[in-house]
Amino acid sequence: MTTPTALTPAVPRLRLARFRDLTLVPVIVLLLIVGAFLDPVFLTAGNLTNVLQQQAAISLLVLAEALILISGKFDLSLESTVGMAPALAVLLVVPVSAGGLGIGLPAVLVIPLCLLIGAAIGAFNGFLIIKFQLSAFIVTLAMLIIVHGLHLGPTEGKTLFELPESMLYLGGAVWLGLPASIWIAGALFAAGIAGLAYLRVGRSLYAIGGNIDAARAAGIRVDRVLWGVFILGGTLAALAGILETGRLGAIGSGMGVNWIFMVFAAAVIGGVSMDGGKGTILGALTGVLVIGLVQNLLTLQGVSGFWQPVVYGTIILFALMISRIAGGKAQD
Amino acid sequence: MTYHVEARNVVKRFGPTTALDGAGISIAEGETHALVGRNGAGKSTLVSILTGLQRPDEGEVRFSGEPAPALGDRDAWRQRVACVYQKSTIIPALTVAENLFLNRQTEGRLINWRALRARARELLDTYEVDVDPQALAGDLGVEQRQLVEIARALSFGARFIILDEPTARLDGPAIERLFDRMRALRRQGVTMMYISHHLDEVYEICQSVTVFRDARHIMTAPVADLPHDELVDAMTGEATAAYQARARTPREAVVLAASGLSLAGRYQDVELSVRSGEVVGLAGSGSSGKVSLAETLVGLRRADTGAVTVNGRAVRPGDVPAALAAGLGFVPEDRHHQGFVPLLSVAENGTMSIAHKLGRLGAVSPARRRARAVRMIQDLDIKTEGPDQPVGDLSGGNAQKVVFARALADDPDALVVINPTAGVDVKAKQALLGAVEDAADRGAGAVLVSDELDDLRICDRVLVMFHGRVVKDVPRGWSDHELVAVMEGIEE
Repeated sequence: MTTPTALTPAVPRLRLARFRDLTLVPVIVLLLIVGAFLDPVFLTAGNLTNVLQQQAAISLLVLAEALILISGKFDLSLESTVGMAPALAVLLVVPVSAGGLGIGLPAVLVIPLCLLIGAAIGAFNGFLIIKFQLSAFIVTLAMLIIVHGLHLGPTEGKTLFELPESMLYLGGAVWLGLPASIWIAGALFAAGIAGLAYLRVGRSLYAIGGNIDAARAAGIRVDRVLWGVFILGGTLAALAGILETGRLGAIGSGMGVNWIFMVFAAAVIGGVSMDGGKGTILGALTGVLVIGLVQNLLTLQGVSGFWQPVVYGTIILFALMISRIAGGKAQD
Repeated sequence: MTYHVEARNVVKRFGPTTALDGAGISIAEGETHALVGRNGAGKSTLVSILTGLQRPDEGEVRFSGEPAPALGDRDAWRQRVACVYQKSTIIPALTVAENLFLNRQTEGRLINWRALRARARELLDTYEVDVDPQALAGDLGVEQRQLVEIARALSFGARFIILDEPTARLDGPAIERLFDRMRALRRQGVTMMYISHHLDEVYEICQSVTVFRDARHIMTAPVADLPHDELVDAMTGEATAAYQARARTPREAVVLAASGLSLAGRYQDVELSVRSGEVVGLAGSGSSGKVSLAETLVGLRRADTGAVTVNGRAVRPGDVPAALAAGLGFVPEDRHHQGFVPLLSVAENGTMSIAHKLGRLGAVSPARRRARAVRMIQDLDIKTEGPDQPVGDLSGGNAQKVVFARALADDPDALVVINPTAGVDVKAKQALLGAVEDAADRGAGAVLVSDELDDLRICDRVLVMFHGRVVKDVPRGWSDHELVAVMEGIEE
């Protein structure tokens, strides 16, 4: 390595780094303009609300994944938790006649149970990865399969229609003219943005993801923080499942399946580094919005659902190329 | 008398190996105390015990006569001892300000970024570090990063600081600036423990020196009346003369040449010709472009203009395989990044560049590879369990020998060696320089880039670079003063 010797003067200069997580904002603006010309329906309040509501559930997964990626770890199993946590919680509450397990816990517990199941999955991931020191990629890949199996097994692959009222409420309710799920996702993102910027524990995620030894040397309780992040991730995935259940009115065996690709895509085009230590929640949010808007535009334009994956993949590659050129550094 | 820092009869075992065997150190208040020893002497273990990262199996550590705090009490340790580790503990993606106050960004609940920047500014000003607190730490140079680490280490209020090989990655002027800073700290009464492989630095900056060898304390003495040879003997355990450069007569044939080589921002209009049997040194400060020039010769970089020829044939610019095929061998600057694959064995690393000669149709014969590796291990005296040991497990000096073995595997006509002795001990250094001279004796032409004046002694002539230009061609027999003056641009 060459060692630059000249000391750079301490003059304040325009810091592009600060705006790096906003690189997708022009893209969003462009999408809105293009969309408005392509389809008169696109830029109506109704349609945009629809886009946001559709993205609410997956955006919570992106939030969870962004937190985990920033800490330098990985979680693939989130998508299976989306379907499994609500399904299992429902089975614990509903009577056998509705496909339940016959345990018949009070129906009010269905949401706490669901979140608890999500947290437990996150805790188990954390145990294997942090205490047992296994590779996060492989552990969560196995967990992706296992957790999905734990969804399919008890339900025997059937869709659950008879759900407790409370399970449907959050995903369907309207608060102050907007779907509750948008409020919830918005509030959680706001909390994430502020927490990562203004709390010591939030900053410690960056330290751990950036240089784990340095984080330890600075007295950060690395294991505890990482474990917390995995548990939070699982809980957010379960909450995403609740929102999605309310929106669809049922829990299908395919709920959440294949989401993880979109989740990673949104996080990465939003500027969250797969190597850890880099990226912001705001950036991840812009990533979700871009994907949501494109999805909506394609549907409005009548592009066949079978062809849409090609477009998403292409968008991801383009976004990566743009950030490579803007960022100037090789990615790996 | 009460010492500021004292470790007594420390024993530390890691499984079957004893890292410290009843060793100790006593550092008086306000002195700069050197700790020297060959790789594996136990220096790093002592550092981790003195900084409270590891508990000694036996023995005790005292600060100003008081017993050391409990291992879990990080804050108490940090108030007593600060350490600038060999490995950077800076987080590149965060700002300088945040790095300075990592995990203590705020007393309260919410981080006040404006206040944090102000505190960082104040801290940097206190230690006269001219770095923008808002800059990303990853954008800083090595020297600046180190200054930030020193400022951070001292900001906990410790009056004792350990500097673990701080000069390993700095160039001449930066080392001088570091030493100025160390002298200023000493005037303020800060006690320092200084670890280095460079004995001349020990003489320049330290008042006393402790030598460790094979996990034991060998001696502690004031630096002022300690002959250089005696210190080296204490380190190696035998009487060794300083490295004797050999005399040779270069032949006529030019094996490596460059003409009109320029790379914007690095070097301009470089002419170079190395004859068979000749060792040519490249000297200069970190910004002189010497490393970039050497990297261009081997194809790691591509010059804007000009050509490189090996054995009279032009080599495709920026193409390492082409340069190797033309008969060039090279030892890259950073062995950890470019030199070897740590998980692969000594045999595989050593023969990587000649794999095509060890079998047909892309296959590699393990038996032939092994045979070659055994020969390399003997030739270069590599201390290893055998050809199958992963290079990552070897000490720095031995890993570097493997890199050398690879460079020499194909009996190159031209050899380019960049900072070969960085971070290796005295004996390994001599073996590595010997290997360069052996190659020259066999008829190879060598280019040796080094920040070490001692390394350059083996060169038949030294080209001194300054701001990207070769400013002087110095024949054998130069004095340190003479060469440094040219490197610093003091004299034409």
